[in-house]
Amino acid sequence: MLRLTFADYESLRAHGEETYPHECCGILLGNNDSAGNSVKQVIRAGNTRSDSAHNRYHIAPEELIRAQREGRKAGLDIIGFYHSHPDHPARWSQTDFEEAHWFGCSYVITAIEQGQARITNSFLLKGTSEDEKAFEDEALEIDVTGVEENVASHAAKMSVDVREGDKT
Amino acid sequence: MKVNIPTPLRAYTKGKETVEVSASSVQGALDALVLTAPELKKHLFTEDDKLRSFVNVYLNDEDIRYLPQREDTATTEVDELTIIPSIAGGSAYSSKSPVPLSC
Repeated sequence: MLRLTFADYESLRAHGEETYPHECCGILLGNNDSAGNSVKQVIRAGNTRSDSAHNRYHIAPEELIRAQREGRKAGLDIIGFYHSHPDHPARWSQTDFEEAHWFGCSYVITAIEQGQARITNSFLLKGTSEDEKAFEDEALEIDVTGVEENVASHAAKMSVDVREGDKT
Repeated sequence: MKVNIPTPLRAYTKGKETVEVSASSVQGALDALVLTAPELKKHLFTEDDKLRSFVNVYLNDEDIRYLPQREDTATTEVDELTIIPSIAGGSAYSSKSPVPLSC
């Protein structure tokens, strides 16, 4: 299972909308425990595949190293990556599979249709070697705690505003 | 010198994020690393002992592939080696597999 906050979920989906019709990509920092990977920070990365950015992505190793250093300072590891599929399903492609080398990491893919984020899926890279690696569908658990508070706060404010309006 | 190990390869370094090795060159450091953690070898090198194409090795902030002396570049105790597998992909069909995968 991959756990992340609603804000992070929205952030990586928004990234795909912003870069449409090109693929976006980024790095997920967090922790791994018996329940799976937990995202604590989403880092946007540049797509170096300017020759074919509509259907390819590549993150510069320098960006990965920076993210790894940043994570280490905060007690976090690289636990996954995300990218978008412009006008293409949110399923891993043969290219995604061949280029996947981070065993135990989550690969999140968002389908962007005509500039709008649609389905977001996650796939866990299982195995310990190139010969036996496999992508496995991975459930997404989105923490909406903050969202509920914001909605409640917004609703309370609206209620106050309505009451204030009643006075006038 | 310190060698930084990426998340997916820490299973072969007993979970260690960094491994300390004594070496006077990049190649020496990689050899010492593999000696310390033998299971890493097949993940880093091909059968003819070449670095796998998707394995990036950085000496401090420099990709060793672009250093004039590459793996033979001299190192000191204060240098840092970072191993970082590449991240790439995309919705395109692979050039290696012309038939699209239905998944």
